[in-house]
Amino acid sequence: MPATSQQWRFLLMLAVLLVAGSSARAQSRDIGTPPVDTCRTCHAQLDDRLGEPAKQFADDIHGTRGMTCASCHGGDPREEDMEKSMSRARGFRGVPKRSEIPQLCATCHSDGAFMRAYNPSLRTDQLSQYKTSVHGKRLAAGDTKVAVCSDCHGIHKIRAASSPISNVHPQQIPATCGRCHGDAEYMKPYKIPTDQMAGYKTSVHYEKLSGGDLAAPTCVTCHGNHGATPPGISSVERVCGTCHVFQEQLFDQSPHKAAWAPMKMSSCLTCHGNHAIKHTGDFLIGTGKDSICMTCHAADDNGGKVASQISTVLAGLDKSLAEAGAILDSAEQKGMEVGEARVTLSTAHEKLIKARVDLHTMNSARVEETTKAGEKLAQQVNQDGVQALAEYAFRRKGLALSLFAIAFVVICLWLLIRNLERRSAGEEAGRSGGS
Amino acid sequence: MAKTVSEGGGPEQPGRRRVLGFLVGSGVMASFVSFVYPILSFVLPPESGELDADTVAAKANELAANSAKIFRMGNRPGILVRMADGNYKAFSAVCTHLNCTVQYRQREHDVWCACHNGVYNLQGGVVSGPPPKPLEEFAVHARGQDIVVTRESRT
Amino acid sequence: MPPFLMLRDWWEERFGTELFSFLWHKQVPRHKHTIWYYLGGMTLFLFMVQVVTGILLLLYYRPSPTEAFESVQFIMTKVKFGWLIRGIHAWAANLLILTAMLHMFSTFFLKAYRQPRELTWVSGCMLFFLFLGFGFSGYLLPWNELAFFATKVGTQMMAAVPVIGNWLLTFFRGGEEVTGATLTRFFGFHVAIFPLLTTMLLGAHLFLVQYFGMSTPISVEQAHKDKPVPTYAFIPNFLLRDIMGWYIALGVLAALAAIFPWELGVKADPFGATPAGIKPEWYFLFMFQALKKIPGHVLFIEGEQFGVLFFGLGAALWMLVPFLDRKQEGPLKRLPAVAGGVIVAFIIVMTIWAWRS
Repeated sequence: MPATSQQWRFLLMLAVLLVAGSSARAQSRDIGTPPVDTCRTCHAQLDDRLGEPAKQFADDIHGTRGMTCASCHGGDPREEDMEKSMSRARGFRGVPKRSEIPQLCATCHSDGAFMRAYNPSLRTDQLSQYKTSVHGKRLAAGDTKVAVCSDCHGIHKIRAASSPISNVHPQQIPATCGRCHGDAEYMKPYKIPTDQMAGYKTSVHYEKLSGGDLAAPTCVTCHGNHGATPPGISSVERVCGTCHVFQEQLFDQSPHKAAWAPMKMSSCLTCHGNHAIKHTGDFLIGTGKDSICMTCHAADDNGGKVASQISTVLAGLDKSLAEAGAILDSAEQKGMEVGEARVTLSTAHEKLIKARVDLHTMNSARVEETTKAGEKLAQQVNQDGVQALAEYAFRRKGLALSLFAIAFVVICLWLLIRNLERRSAGEEAGRSGGS
Repeated sequence: MAKTVSEGGGPEQPGRRRVLGFLVGSGVMASFVSFVYPILSFVLPPESGELDADTVAAKANELAANSAKIFRMGNRPGILVRMADGNYKAFSAVCTHLNCTVQYRQREHDVWCACHNGVYNLQGGVVSGPPPKPLEEFAVHARGQDIVVTRESRT
Repeated sequence: MPPFLMLRDWWEERFGTELFSFLWHKQVPRHKHTIWYYLGGMTLFLFMVQVVTGILLLLYYRPSPTEAFESVQFIMTKVKFGWLIRGIHAWAANLLILTAMLHMFSTFFLKAYRQPRELTWVSGCMLFFLFLGFGFSGYLLPWNELAFFATKVGTQMMAAVPVIGNWLLTFFRGGEEVTGATLTRFFGFHVAIFPLLTTMLLGAHLFLVQYFGMSTPISVEQAHKDKPVPTYAFIPNFLLRDIMGWYIALGVLAALAAIFPWELGVKADPFGATPAGIKPEWYFLFMFQALKKIPGHVLFIEGEQFGVLFFGLGAALWMLVPFLDRKQEGPLKRLPAVAGGVIVAFIIVMTIWAWRS
């Protein structure tokens, strides 16, 4: 007769208690002495799929911390006799079911007192977070296709998230999430998009992440890891705003904020996208063909006019900076030192960056205030560059003058020499007899 | 046959040799002056007598406590912080994440980068956010009425 | 009385006529190869230019890794005519080595090293090596990226010298790596040790030149077997021409400093990556290229060691040429000239090759 769910839960609790018990035994061991783990020693000698986990476990973080196979699978790791070590009576439970895995891991990882002995600063709320996630909710409803702990962290080769070869290292996260979420066949029943990975790979965040910036956002940065859920429309702005602080604050001051909320238009995503967040550029604003503004606005309505104004002042400052830079390059190429002017130019460039942040207010006067400050600095750089070129021209004139003087001396010398030698040649001729 | 420069004239144009000799002599002297002028200008120290390696970041009482100032350190910006207790700290103001210029936050008593919300403490260490390395710290000394910032030697 | 003569009389009343009379009476042979005689004086002049501009630069330069680059930048941008003094110093260094090479090779091919002028030749070779040392040590002083890595590569070659290689490397670098200690050491070589050695050797070299007089090439001697070789007076004929050459050289230097300013580059970062295509200055290129192209092993000797030995032996033979080519006759009469030709061709080809690669 099939066991009722209540009976299954009871058996599960029993197994869990036994597992916890055996782990407690592992805890009282002296640090430094490798644990007696007959499971590992026997299974490592096998070559098939029964042997793989035992071999991998040597590198697992649990394995190196003194856990044994029995810590999760139950049984008695001190017994060499297979009947005894894998007996149900001693708590052996075989391969745990997918739906049981979160609870199984949580027996240790949600126990603060227990985890303290290993890593006091590790969080212990993974399971409670997981239960709030889409994965956790669906698992509780019976869907075993969703991710459980082992799908992301691995099973027998688990490493700390900071290890570059861990599945949950920031640079590995897109691939780990993408294993399911990018698989259109696997995700068919869920009717959600499967292009996130592909989109993310074209994004500036992915570019930074794969370039080595581990602080760049990955899937979990915006979606959470254990409590993974897509952010709601109201919260996405705050998520982006954790790093892009000013953009969020300024957007809140813009007319878009009030206008978009009732239309269920997301604040950052509407213009910048969610996964495929590309490099921004001045082409995004204004009335040009690539401008996002023109998706909703017309070139001659209020919005279009503001966009056009902002676009104009940004383009103007960009051009001034380029011109100033070109003069400095020209002076530098001629050998003039323009280090100080370059510092001013970089300060002016920062004004352009600031203007591009200011535009999130959609207030052209505000943006123009910043660009005007930038223009002033660019003009100063221009002057310095022109001065450097003038100094160069002055040096060439000075050189021409000195060369002229030198040529004069050289010519006089030449004439003097000729004169002297004609003289002495004449005297010689005279002396050797005017025959 | 040895001949000295101005020994006698001789029947042919004594004047010409004297003129040439005079021209050469004065030409050489003029050229010497044109060498001496740049050399003399060179040896007189310029107005900005000190090298940029020793940077005067501020005057003695220019900064109030719990405030900061951006100054030029070589070719990059630096930040001079006068902490709440009146002492000075100086760092490179170039954020180690993506090179934006950092600023001092008076309320939080920390150094902040507006580009991606990177936060540094007053030892230059990273508190939170994306910066991967701490800010380079400079040595600060008071010299008369000047607060002088120098880069410590690396070798 | 012309002031010049008054001064001469004043001098003679006190020092007699003997003190510098050798200069007054010095005669210089006049023939088709006389033009080569000017190169020695030109080298001396350029060296004097280096001494003067070097001393001026010393007034502002600071030899520490934190200040060296900045002090040169200061000289180029803030000090009046600093750009000119530094530019002349940098350009004259190159012209000096070029002129020294021309002087050395012309005396070689004209066989001016024949008896009794052997020691003149030896002291001259040593002076040439000193000038190369000046060039190498001075190049590091601005502490910019190119100089730093060129010095790293250049000093690395020393480790290839057998037996004492590592000791040499540590001695020149002031440690295992190129650091501020290297800079201090190179500065010491450049402004104290090499100038002292040069002063002594130059004094000897010039004395020997005056003592033995100018050497007449063999072909000229043979053409004038029964009559004296025509000469002219050192003062004024030769000296005035010398001065003309020196003025032209000054003009060239000023033009180079103003039109082709010597760049400063970026400050050295010892922990940075070596930039691609690091090369030493042109006068070391032939050695650099040769050492690069030597195969890993030649016979039983390691490639780099072989290269270092090759050049070391070559330099020694070069210095000893007067003792090897004692009789300028017999079946091996043409050997020195041919060898010299091969050496010049080797240097030119290797230099161009290094330049192009």
